Amino acid sequence: MSTLPLAVTRRRGQGMRHTLDVRVSPYAYVAPFFLLFCAFGLFPLVYTAWVSLHEWTLLSETQTFVGLDNFTTLLADDYFWNATFNTLSIGVLSTVPQLALAIWLAHLLNRRLRLQTLFRVSLLLPNVTSVVAVVVIFSQLFGRDFGMINWVLSWFGVGSIDWAAGTASSHVALSVMIMWRWTGYNALIFLAAMQAVPRELYEAATLDGAGNFTQLRRITIPMIRPTMIFVVIVSTIGAMQIIAEPMLFGQSSGGGGGIATGGPDRQFQTLALFVYEQGFANSTFDFGYASAASWLMFLAVVIVAGINFLITRRAKGGLV
Amino acid sequence: MTPRIRRLGLSLLTASALTLAAACGGGGGDSATEAGADPGEKIKLTVDLFGDFGFKPLYEEYKKTHPDIEIVENVTQFNDHHNNLVKRLATNSGAGDVTAVEVGYISTFTAQPPKFTDLKQFGLDKRQADYLDWKWQQGLSKDGAQVLGLGTDVGGLAMCYRKDLFEKAGLPSEREKVAALWPTWEEYIATGKKFAAADVAGAKFVDSPGEIFRAMVNQAPVGLYDAQDQIIVDSNPDVKKAWDLSNQLTQEGLTAKLAAFSPPWNTGFAKGSFATIICPAWMTGFIQEQAQDASGKWDIAAVPGGSGNSGGSHLMVPKQSKHPKEAAELIDFLTSKENQAKVFKEEGTFPSIPELYDDPEIQNFTKPFFGDAPIGKIYSDAAKALKPQHLGPKEADVRVAIGNGLGRVEQGKQTPDQAWAQVLEDVKKIK
Repeated sequence: MSTLPLAVTRRRGQGMRHTLDVRVSPYAYVAPFFLLFCAFGLFPLVYTAWVSLHEWTLLSETQTFVGLDNFTTLLADDYFWNATFNTLSIGVLSTVPQLALAIWLAHLLNRRLRLQTLFRVSLLLPNVTSVVAVVVIFSQLFGRDFGMINWVLSWFGVGSIDWAAGTASSHVALSVMIMWRWTGYNALIFLAAMQAVPRELYEAATLDGAGNFTQLRRITIPMIRPTMIFVVIVSTIGAMQIIAEPMLFGQSSGGGGGIATGGPDRQFQTLALFVYEQGFANSTFDFGYASAASWLMFLAVVIVAGINFLITRRAKGGLV
Repeated sequence: MTPRIRRLGLSLLTASALTLAAACGGGGGDSATEAGADPGEKIKLTVDLFGDFGFKPLYEEYKKTHPDIEIVENVTQFNDHHNNLVKRLATNSGAGDVTAVEVGYISTFTAQPPKFTDLKQFGLDKRQADYLDWKWQQGLSKDGAQVLGLGTDVGGLAMCYRKDLFEKAGLPSEREKVAALWPTWEEYIATGKKFAAADVAGAKFVDSPGEIFRAMVNQAPVGLYDAQDQIIVDSNPDVKKAWDLSNQLTQEGLTAKLAAFSPPWNTGFAKGSFATIICPAWMTGFIQEQAQDASGKWDIAAVPGGSGNSGGSHLMVPKQSKHPKEAAELIDFLTSKENQAKVFKEEGTFPSIPELYDDPEIQNFTKPFFGDAPIGKIYSDAAKALKPQHLGPKEADVRVAIGNGLGRVEQGKQTPDQAWAQVLEDVKKIK
């Protein structure tokens, strides 16, 4: 090195700096995210896995390593499977109609309208409402004795339904609350994607005599497929993590049950609520068990989201 | 319309308080983080409660004599309050300077003396002479050496009932005659059947079996735990009997299926959806608040099955408090004889100081809301006849498991036998 002329060294130094800049800077730019992700995403994930291998409660000073005991207990725990079933059931009941409705709404708004900003903003309003307010009000609407929904149903001779008591009826009630909050949000995302679809396609289709619905099916949906994949995945992940709705519904519906059991028969206890019950809502504060449940829930989310990804991606073949 | 709006507002408030609490978890404790104040600056004491204890006027009074003290009250929903306290003790931050603990949780906390301030060091052991002996004992550490909590109220039992609904059903409505209808719980159920037979529109006999069950267990000499802190739900015949009787209420169709403290239960008060409700002293305050339009329609009679205690609280000072001395002084004040009497007259929570029971001011105290029922006398008699029961560390969890079982029967999901089998399974899992 020392035998090289000074200028060369300098140029080489510059070159190295340049290479360094090109090679390293991009990582430096994204580093803040990854540092935060490591602190608040990756670390908890790994630490949860570590905790899940222990007999670990908030109150005891000692934590004993128990290997996979928590997982084996969990897989044999009926309440865990019950919560898994409820999560999937509420997930399907809320996500499928929600996305269909969102596409339809977006399609309706994807044209020149008077007051279109007003319409678009109002789509977002349910989403900015506090989930507590939504659930408390919907719990009253779904009330057994004095609820408005039962009152309307009574016009058609339907007897009063105890929404919170039944498994299916409570899932429907919760799905309605979830749909209320998220349909407009998803519709806006779809709308944004739809605006990027070239107008000419619709004009050509109109000339060819394609109706409104055919245009939606044959042009819009295939063109916004990437957005659909995104929305489906995000909604699935959201649906798998539902906790506030069932928890508050349980407390404001009058059906009784523990604070986090989702009704006395656990008829609407979701996975996230199950985790909360084990870890925080009883006086044992069983972190080990709750962590194990969280990890299985994480795996379930990955699996379900993966399945949905494959389905949505394949959907192209059927539509075009 | 106004009361309805207020109710909605109330339920919204509780609900949001509840999610807040749920969301903040152990991280809460906005106010207790104040470091030791400079001399001359005000000392801020936080008081964590799980409902309206009727302390507000007392704070004002206290501030007059203690100008250097500022008091902030935080009210959280019942379960969250106690769960949060556990978390805050474990993480050593966020707990109030003074915290209320309900009797169902008291053994959980007195089992952890290092987490609390021994009030003896501030001379509060002198208060022992004031108290009902068992109430005093409940606030001691397990070995009896430390004074960890001072009692506020006791929940002597009575039965509240709606006179107008009883009249509609053709039942007697004067409190002595009503009490004579149900010396035992079996006769209470028989009365319920008569009430149901009269088919009063829109009204059931009782709100839900949950609190009735709790009352029946509390009347027994031994409850969910034996003296060695073992859960004896499966072997205590009194628990099983209470279970069977509670389910009988459900199976005879006598309950309105309204779980206590839920918003529909509140509505049920306003609409007169149930004719009787188990009435520990503190419940009278609730009824008055929820059934504002029903003044004069409620009355209070003796409870079936003899006396018992349901509910009541202690005030404790967590060790993490920066101002244990001031907190202890505040507790001394809030639980003093005069102030317990005051709170009783306002809120209905009944004193735990026996000297008051014969005080003519309490003895002759009546409330127009309850048709001028002599509530002072009723609850004094109840408190005097009380036989204390040993409570174990996981009372609350056991109660939730049983409450869920009763709920499953009430919602028609299971037969009582199936529900009982599941309750026993659930109870076994409580560590």
